[in-house]
Amino acid sequence: MDLNEFAAYGYFFLVVFLVVGLYSYIYHLYKNRKDATGVDYEHYSNMALHDDIDSTPVKPVSHEKEN
Amino acid sequence: MENRPLEYDYTVAKMFMLTTIILGIVGMAIGVFIAFELAFPGLNTVFGEGLAEYTNFSRLRPLHTDAVAFGFTVSGIFATWFYVGQRVLKVSMAESKFLMFIGKLQFWLYVIGVAAVVVSLFMGYTTSKEYAEFEWPIDIAIVVVWVLWGVSIFGLIGIRREKSLYISVWYYIATFLGVAMLYLFNNMEVPTMLATSPAGEGAIGDWMHSVSMYAGTNDALVQWWYGHNAVAFVFTVPIIAMIYYFLPKESGQAIYSYKLSLLSFWGLMFVYLWAGGHHLLFSTVPDWMQTMGSIFSVILILPSWGSAINMLLTMKGEWQQVAASPLIKFMVLASTFYMFSTLEGPIQAIKSVNAIAHFTDWIVGHVHDGTLGWVGFMIIAALYHMAPRVFKRELYSKSLMAAQFWIQTLGIVLYFTSMWIAGITQGMMWRAHDEFGNLAYSFIDTVDVLHPYYALRGTGGLLYLAGFFIFAYNIYKTWTSNKEVDAERLNASPMGA
Ligand code: HEM
Ligand code: HEM
Repeated sequence: MDLNEFAAYGYFFLVVFLVVGLYSYIYHLYKNRKDATGVDYEHYSNMALHDDIDSTPVKPVSHEKEN
Repeated sequence: MENRPLEYDYTVAKMFMLTTIILGIVGMAIGVFIAFELAFPGLNTVFGEGLAEYTNFSRLRPLHTDAVAFGFTVSGIFATWFYVGQRVLKVSMAESKFLMFIGKLQFWLYVIGVAAVVVSLFMGYTTSKEYAEFEWPIDIAIVVVWVLWGVSIFGLIGIRREKSLYISVWYYIATFLGVAMLYLFNNMEVPTMLATSPAGEGAIGDWMHSVSMYAGTNDALVQWWYGHNAVAFVFTVPIIAMIYYFLPKESGQAIYSYKLSLLSFWGLMFVYLWAGGHHLLFSTVPDWMQTMGSIFSVILILPSWGSAINMLLTMKGEWQQVAASPLIKFMVLASTFYMFSTLEGPIQAIKSVNAIAHFTDWIVGHVHDGTLGWVGFMIIAALYHMAPRVFKRELYSKSLMAAQFWIQTLGIVLYFTSMWIAGITQGMMWRAHDEFGNLAYSFIDTVDVLHPYYALRGTGGLLYLAGFFIFAYNIYKTWTSNKEVDAERLNASPMGA
């Protein structure tokens, strides 16, 4: 196997790997609907809609107290 | 000192808003001028033979492309980042003296870089690689500006209150990383002073002229991997970052599907990097790479339309807002033009179509329905939304904004329709031959036929530029107006009649 052939196989498997990865991600998002911390993905839109400096964060950085 | 409540600090955003507008005017004015040069070649020497070296089409063309891409668009990206970044991370730049200093430093170095680019391109220093014309000292300055921007992004993320990163922040980070990688690899170059031997043959090299580290086909491949992804990471990714923030915010509607926005993000990142081969169809690049470029270009419709449809559906049930607000009109038309150019692009990437389209004005038409309709409109809308909040003034005039919208839309339509007809006419004439295989037309025949379309394109461009002046005036009047409002907490931007 010369370098070109090696590159071609490598490339092919990389593409397969990425496609599988992407589709699993789609499946994962739509099946669970919520992320690991239990927040519904759609809820994250509020990061833009409630973005005043004193708005309550959707998910505050842990050392911050929610107010 | 009085104890004022914490506020977002838009100082750096305002600075970049200014360069967005100024460089927009400069870049588009040059665009209009070179468009008329193509229609009326006499303009090349209109300022006299002596100045013709500086005013001819070839000297000015890179000034146009670089001023609009790296001046207007990149300033718009910086301006919106320094606005959106703080807000979605819920942290103010006023909270960090360090980040404030870095932001201002980035701005001033950027201005110096722009000045160096303008002067050196005018003087004729160029590496001759499209969108990467700058000579190496300027490249180094640009890298410094970019690194400073990275410090700003990750610095702000480091002190944020909101733990999750909003989808726009993903896109800004991708812009930062993508451009950094592309720029570094494509601009690997050696000053000819070092490549020749200054000791031996007397200095035949030059410090201000460099050659690429890559040669021949490899150089072409790296160049178009860069060129295509400059389109991706300057004209697409950061503009999506903008629309995902400004459209929901201005309309008060949540993104239609946040999940779809995450998917389209990874889809876009995955596919875009492989599509650059479509700029090199029928060249000396290996055939399989060309085919790969074509295939990935067609697949690219999916993630592109994923984002665009997501934006349009965000307005679902709220279409009366499109009719009522010129600001929302700009954004809805921007996402429509995004769909349009990402359908046109894949069509042009099909080999048999590209055989007609390549080297013709149809490509230039494609470029400008993307840049004028999508990039230009989105940046204009973003600045309109920001203005009342950063200046704390009511937007000066809604009717001027509406007039601008219609004038510029007409300009875009004139631009791309004329270039379609011109491009396809050109492509067909170049390949027409008689029964013995002799070419039916000479080059000058096509030039004659194209004249009216070039004049139309120039007129379209002039309308777009006129609209941009209205925009600049509207923002200026907003800035200096005395109608104070506190718009920070509003969705729809307050506008005067
Ligand atoms: C005021 C409106 C504008 C006019 C009249 C205009 C005109 C032109 C002209 C005449 C060319 C050269 C075409 C050729 O070589 O045949 C060109 C190229 C280009 N312009 Fe514009 N332009 C305008 C606005 C813009 C804007 C706002 C952008 C980007 C944000 C832009 C991006 C480009 C690019 C990337 C190219 C190179 C295209 C290629 O190599 O195929 N233009 N423009
Ligand atoms: C699905 C997305 C897209 C695809 C597949 C695509 C495909 C293409 C193709 C095939 C060409 C012509 C190459 C040639 O024959 O010379 C081209 C040129 C170009 N496209 Fe696109 N396009 C897409 C989206 C966009 C968008 C959204 C923009 C800008 C906002 C854009 C800007 C450009 C520019 C600036 C060039 C000219 C490059 C040059 O020759 O200087 N494209 N594109």
